[in-house]
Amino acid sequence: MNKDGGWSPYVAGGLSGLVSIGSVWFVGKYLGASTSFVKTAGMLEKIFSPERVAKMPYFIKETPAIDWQWMVVIGIAIGSFVAAVTSNSFKLQAVPDLWESRFGSAVAPRAMVAFVGGIIAMFGVRLADGCPSGHGLSGGLQLAVSGYVALICFFIGGIISANLLYKGGDKK
Amino acid sequence: MMTLLYGLITGILFGFFLQKGRVLRYDKQIGALLFKDMTIVKFMLSHIAVAMVGVYFLYDMGIAKLSLKPMILGGVVLGGLIFGLGWGLLGYCPGTSLGALGEGRTDAIWGIAGMLVGAGIYAEAYPYLQKTVLTWGNYGKITIPQVLGVNHWLVIVPFIVLTVMLFRWFEKKGL
Repeated sequence: MNKDGGWSPYVAGGLSGLVSIGSVWFVGKYLGASTSFVKTAGMLEKIFSPERVAKMPYFIKETPAIDWQWMVVIGIAIGSFVAAVTSNSFKLQAVPDLWESRFGSAVAPRAMVAFVGGIIAMFGVRLADGCPSGHGLSGGLQLAVSGYVALICFFIGGIISANLLYKGGDKK
Repeated sequence: MMTLLYGLITGILFGFFLQKGRVLRYDKQIGALLFKDMTIVKFMLSHIAVAMVGVYFLYDMGIAKLSLKPMILGGVVLGGLIFGLGWGLLGYCPGTSLGALGEGRTDAIWGIAGMLVGAGIYAEAYPYLQKTVLTWGNYGKITIPQVLGVNHWLVIVPFIVLTVMLFRWFEKKGL
């Protein structure tokens, strides 16, 4: 065990795989996360224009309501909080270390890039019909062709934009 | 109601292990994309290998059903690449963004807000995409063993052997 309470990623990943097995066994559900963002967006839009949301094909397909996966996503935040607090690794941080070493400690640039990155990422993930959890983990473990094609495309896109951002080494 | 409770428990356990594996960090996610730190790849492949054996065992016993996403070339390839570009900027994926927030990484809030906006934009574009990109190259819900025409264990066993070899290579290279 490391000083920040971290475990080997092999052990933690393997144990999380047991969680997947349990979920499939007892509830018949495979892990995913991104559909919950659609449902939340729909729930928020419903506050302002319920008639419009009721007519939109995508919100008819993905009903904007709290479901199993939505609770999983909330649970991830709680589980992470518990793990962090009990191992003294909870730390409020507005700018990640790697980002700071390259772009400085100002919060606004990081917030802007994270926001824009979030928009692009979610648009792509809904077009692909799954995220690294839904396609990567759940698709991967079922040996789905779509899971592996998606995972490869996720990494190709990510390698391109991360290397564009960090090209030329760090300024440390 | 029980389903929601099961979801919450599943999420808490999953989030706990994600935090313990230190995969909820921007530095780790971008580290993998820069080929400097393979922590997230180790976590993902360990999850996949363990769950693959368990789920296919349950499948053979008739206890579990598969739930496959269709292989639509247009959607999966284009959407996957677009997601990747955004992921490299954000440094969190949809699931890990909530986990990152749970361990105090407040930059995830901007990503979560962006992803909600992105979901709204997608919902607007969906009627158009449904008629175009999402009709390009639909191969249906297929698995690798089906494509190869072999029993799934003939894919699972080599998959695990290759995964272990990859892990040994990561450790040798200090990734």
